[in-house]
Amino acid sequence: MPEKTRPEEEMLKGTLDMMILHTLVLGDAHGHTIATIIERSSGDVLQVEQGSLYPALYRLEDRGWLSSYWNPTENNRRAKFYRLTAAGRKQLLRETQRWQRITRAIGMVMGEALQGGES
Amino acid sequence: MNWLRFFRRRRRDAELREEMSAHLANEIEDNIARGYSPEEARRAALRKFGNPQQVRERLWRESTISWLDSLWRNGKHSVRALRRSPGFAVVSIVVIALGIGVNAALFAVVRGVLLKPLPFADPQRLVRLYEDTFNHRFAYNSSAAGIFAEWEKQRHGFSGMAISRHSAYNLSGTGGQLPENLEASLFSASMLPVLGVEPALGRNFSSAEDSPSANGTVILSWNLWKRRFGGERSIVGQTILLDGRGYTVIGVMPSWFAYPSSTVQLWTAASHERTTKEMQALDNHNFQAVGRLKPGVSLTEAVNELSLITLRIHNAHADNPFISSEAHGRPLLESLVGNVRTPLLILLCATGCVLLIACLNIANLLVARSLGRRRELAIRTALGGSRAELLGHHLAESLLLSLAGGALGFFLAYEMVQWFVTLRHDVPRADAIHMDGVVLAFSAGLVLLTALSAGLVSAFSSRDDQVLSALQESSRSYSGGQARAKLRRVLLTVEVGLTVVLLIGAGLLLKSYARLRSSDLGCITRDVLTMQVSLPAARYDFPAAVHFYQELLTRVRNYPGVQAAGLVTTLPGDDYGGDSGFTIQGRPPLAEGNGQLALTRWVDPEYFAALGIPFQSGHAFDHDQFLVPGSEVIISAAFQRQYFPREDPVGKTILTMGERPYRIAGVVGDTLYSIGEQARPMMYFPIYTLNSKNPKDFVSGSALVVRSGQDVTRLALPVQKIFQSLDRDLAVSDILTMDQVIGAQTLDASFNATLLLIFALVSLVLAAVGLFGVVSYLAAQRTTEIGVRIALGAQRNQVLTLILRDGLRPALIGLVVGLIISAGVTRLISSMLYQTGPLDPEIFGVVALTLLAVAVAACVVPAWRAAQLNPVTALRTE
Repeated sequence: MPEKTRPEEEMLKGTLDMMILHTLVLGDAHGHTIATIIERSSGDVLQVEQGSLYPALYRLEDRGWLSSYWNPTENNRRAKFYRLTAAGRKQLLRETQRWQRITRAIGMVMGEALQGGES
Repeated sequence: MNWLRFFRRRRRDAELREEMSAHLANEIEDNIARGYSPEEARRAALRKFGNPQQVRERLWRESTISWLDSLWRNGKHSVRALRRSPGFAVVSIVVIALGIGVNAALFAVVRGVLLKPLPFADPQRLVRLYEDTFNHRFAYNSSAAGIFAEWEKQRHGFSGMAISRHSAYNLSGTGGQLPENLEASLFSASMLPVLGVEPALGRNFSSAEDSPSANGTVILSWNLWKRRFGGERSIVGQTILLDGRGYTVIGVMPSWFAYPSSTVQLWTAASHERTTKEMQALDNHNFQAVGRLKPGVSLTEAVNELSLITLRIHNAHADNPFISSEAHGRPLLESLVGNVRTPLLILLCATGCVLLIACLNIANLLVARSLGRRRELAIRTALGGSRAELLGHHLAESLLLSLAGGALGFFLAYEMVQWFVTLRHDVPRADAIHMDGVVLAFSAGLVLLTALSAGLVSAFSSRDDQVLSALQESSRSYSGGQARAKLRRVLLTVEVGLTVVLLIGAGLLLKSYARLRSSDLGCITRDVLTMQVSLPAARYDFPAAVHFYQELLTRVRNYPGVQAAGLVTTLPGDDYGGDSGFTIQGRPPLAEGNGQLALTRWVDPEYFAALGIPFQSGHAFDHDQFLVPGSEVIISAAFQRQYFPREDPVGKTILTMGERPYRIAGVVGDTLYSIGEQARPMMYFPIYTLNSKNPKDFVSGSALVVRSGQDVTRLALPVQKIFQSLDRDLAVSDILTMDQVIGAQTLDASFNATLLLIFALVSLVLAAVGLFGVVSYLAAQRTTEIGVRIALGAQRNQVLTLILRDGLRPALIGLVVGLIISAGVTRLISSMLYQTGPLDPEIFGVVALTLLAVAVAACVVPAWRAAQLNPVTALRTE
């Protein structure tokens, strides 16, 4: 049964995996930290839906890009920490390159359109 | 698709829940740090997180393999449903087990015997080669060694050729072991290379050893080596005594090697064993030839070449009519199993019918069940159960039944194959029959096929567009189920039709078998004991053999309980046993290319009296014809009919056994050489005479027949002791009563008839059960209607007829259809019939009556029950 998606979420879908991987380059983190980091570093523009975060984490783990372990958090609560694997690092590199290519391309298209509109 | 993920869903779910609650706790703490009150912090966190249940469900769904999940769910549901009606489940499983069991077993047999390639190198290029008989009556005659030698010299189409000949030896006992008579085969040195087989130990005969001047050499079978020589490798190079002569063991064959048959226990070199004269004879058809086709040469081309060679030899010896003029060939596998091909395929067809009937019955039962559960199914449909889900449910149930039945059936098949192999070791290649992976795969296929066919039939019988009517109908009863019952009637008709075909096939085979068993062999068969003995040439010369025979007969005849005893080279009903050409003195020479043949037997003077074979004219042999080439012959009635139709043969002279004159002393009644065959002309010579002027050419092997007035098997041991007292090293073999000899000859017919009868009876029972079920169901459906009828004054017997007629119609249609089909297909088994026409009216009649009786019996109980209905209760039920 397909769910209704909002435009932001759709946008996120392709990039959430990449952002999660990116967040974990700085060090292991649990779900809450990952969400917070993404929100903060996007200037609170991107709100990470928990409904997509956890399935995404499990999916990445299934593909072998993340590994996980249970550990106490800073305030002594048990949480599941995620770590980037070597395969995950390679994947992040691929994703980042692809992302850069696409944004550059979209930027070129949109830049020309803007110029055309101004003249 | 991740299987691991699927099976660890539950653990992952628990982990996720814990992870999410940790997440929430963190969020709440963050919110408190931002200055929210604990209550507000919690609410904000929950609001932000959304519905954790949804996340769980999403992950659960993502890690679920949907078809597997629904299969599992359907499976659980079906197990529960079947547990509620164990009777139905047990009946169905047993029916399927029977159907799949017999099919898997017979498939294993057919595969082992007919389908598996021979275990030789490149077996599809191996061919058996034959000569035609001089009168072109039988295309697959054995070859003469002289003709074969010419073939081999002039061949182009073959990369190799070899011959073998059947033989037997007395293996002397060593170290306290008893002497033993062993079946053997003489091989030319080229045989093993042509087959592409190497001995497991030692080596093949060299061509120098395959000659008359060489020392004796022998290759042992694996079994003989293990059994008799303890499996010791040092046997190679040692000498063993065969017929009292020394033979050096040069090799042991691998355990699987069974050519020409699995009863052969040792092999010797052909040219060493037989006289040069026999190895050069052009008309002595005693050898089996095989050839290996060169790549790219077809069988027809190669055989045509041999035919030309044969014809040339034939034309060069126009005076000898027994030199054949044509060669034939067929694949080696076909020559080995050709005789059992038709019966096996017929049996396979029969088991196919049994499975089909079993399937129909299961479908029938499932339809009945789904009709009984219409309300449940209708409610499920109304609640949104999709068509595919309902179909899946039907299939799951039939798959479950088929799996259970298939597993049980495979076990049954295993037992049946064991039984078959022990009972029928006369079937060629019986040792190749195994329950292996292929048979397992075949059974699995049958399981699927059964599940699909039974499940689909029942699924399509319940149409989901009738939800409303089903719901309504079950609230108020009227006979709306009629239309649905139509499908069951059609299934039943097919079932009855197939059953009729099986019954008729079984009936025809049974009648043939009865005819075979009751066919008059031409001699006394009750209380007659027979045993074979062969005198080793190394220790017996002609006078010694005569002395042995006479001493033996005297002692046996004097033993208390023995009424008569005699000797013969080949027992009645124990097959061909050799023949000879002859001419009648005083008749004009036969036209070129024509010959006269009669089967040959050597007997002692009392043989005819011992077996009660009557003299029609003339007299028995004189007792005093010893130690000289014989001069008298006794002929059979068939001989007289064919060659002396209008004159008295006694006193006439025939020239035979090397153109020597024999005076006809008497004419005796016919004995059949093979049960189920016409009597052929036969000549009897006295056993106490030389066959020719050669003092070595006498009868060294024969069968002793002993007749008694009581249970003759009690004489077996004393008679054997008499043999032992005469010659300690002599092996006596094949100790059988005459009835056992006949039984062995008719084993095939009895086996086929019995099996087919069992299959037919199983089908009959299945059809009867099906009929009973349908009529009961129809009657139950019409309870109200019958109640009304009776209340309005219908007589009980009118109701009875009504229901009976309803149930009998499919049976009658099935019967007629079955009879028509039978009339068309019984011709296929006519080669297995004996004195029984494929359209035997008696069998057709009996089968039709039996089926009618069974059908009436199956219908009458539910019909009678319906007629006994109390209208008041019937109308009050709803």
